[in-house]
Amino acid sequence: MRPFRYERAASAADAIALVHHEPNAAFVAGGTNLVDHMKLGIATPELLVDVRRVTSPVLEELPDGGVRIGAGVTNSELAADRTIRRRYPGLSQALLSGASYQLRNVATVGGNLLQRTRCVYFQDLTTPCNKRAPGSGCSARGGLERDAAILGVSQACVATHPSDMAVALAAFDAVVHAQGPGGERAIPLTDLYRLPGGHPERGTVLERSELITAVDLPPLPVAARSRYRKVRDRTSYAFALVSVAAALDVADGVVRDVRLALGGVAHRPWRARAAERALRGAPATEASFRAAADAELAGAQPLPGNAFKVTLARNAVSRTLLDLLEARR
Amino acid sequence: MTAGVEITLRVDGRDHSLVVDTRTTLLDALRERLGITSPKKGCDHGQCGACTVLLDGLRAVSCLALAVAHDGAEITTAAGLAHDEELHPLQQAFIDHDGFQCGYCTPGQIVSAAGMLGEAEAGWPSVVSEELDADVVVLDDDEIRERMSGNLCRCAAYANIVAAIREVAR
Repeated sequence: MRPFRYERAASAADAIALVHHEPNAAFVAGGTNLVDHMKLGIATPELLVDVRRVTSPVLEELPDGGVRIGAGVTNSELAADRTIRRRYPGLSQALLSGASYQLRNVATVGGNLLQRTRCVYFQDLTTPCNKRAPGSGCSARGGLERDAAILGVSQACVATHPSDMAVALAAFDAVVHAQGPGGERAIPLTDLYRLPGGHPERGTVLERSELITAVDLPPLPVAARSRYRKVRDRTSYAFALVSVAAALDVADGVVRDVRLALGGVAHRPWRARAAERALRGAPATEASFRAAADAELAGAQPLPGNAFKVTLARNAVSRTLLDLLEARR
Repeated sequence: MTAGVEITLRVDGRDHSLVVDTRTTLLDALRERLGITSPKKGCDHGQCGACTVLLDGLRAVSCLALAVAHDGAEITTAAGLAHDEELHPLQQAFIDHDGFQCGYCTPGQIVSAAGMLGEAEAGWPSVVSEELDADVVVLDDDEIRERMSGNLCRCAAYANIVAAIREVAR
């Protein structure tokens, strides 16, 4: 590991100033992804600014009925929170689907959002990767394509975003609060992440010295009937091939409201707005669910090695919505 | 080069002061600096769980924790679960059920199981919990397997590991 300096920030403003004034500095919280990347040589910061003591470790109710989640809340705490379990159960399930208990006990909400892709080539310094070394090429195309993206891909990059939590947050219209040298801004989670285009090295719209301070969930009654389904190569402790966060409200056999997002299929958590549009007002049947999934997946651009993901995503969407439909009977 | 940073760690009830390079992980600080070899280095990338310790009461992998970031932390290793000559019930159960083969992952398994019992006691769910919002967690075999999935056993002694933990969880 390259030598680096370590500073414990005294406040969020202090942390931001420290990172802003050091071109090769990084924020660190739980460190479960960054420390690994420093060992691998993927990340080589000269200064680490520890923000664990300056980002909020609590959840609070908002006046509008929503919930504000401090960026320093751990994944375990958020998953176990009673308000989250009751009002946004799909978010609890998404968190509990990710990593292991050991990692969730340490990893924070802010860090979870900013974790990097697990594309094997991104993590292997000996191979070309446009995301790690811009312009070097993409080894995933024609290589191990199984885990690659099928939606929103570019010639330069087919990496997927690995977070489960972010998929549920995308479905539930979460808003990310970021603080930077120029002040604060609120970014809908679905706008936080970029599609790869010609610059896959930029995963989010955040500037280098912007710090995520909190994530807001809106009051969203439909989220009380939500769930997260994750399909992976082993039962536990593995990243998603495909995952689905869904919330469903049905009355008289008709879909009144629905929220749907996919994981494991794109460079960002994929909010399935085309599927949602197809479903609102449609009969709550398996045929509708499949047609809606097809509407979303019409633009898929799979590779030979991951074409199965289109079928898998369709089936996972349909099964998740059917589960929600059956659970309310 | 980076200068050393002085930190203190309380490990298994004993206080230690040491000067560490910022790059030193908690695992290396324990093993190489303090000679506390109960946590094992398996993958060194947070994937195998052999280095698991209780960090301020919660289980964590010590290989992905920077020692400098945990100044003042209270750490419990598997060895620290025993009281003098009296084994912790989990340690005894692993012996009784033959919950290991080569033994390399065992301290991580045992201290992870101890952490798991605490999480279950606090009512924390897992993804296989039948009722996500239940007040009481019942640690059946599915729950134990899911909650222990962060600890790999290359000898695949899983059947007996689950049996050992089941006995104590009951």
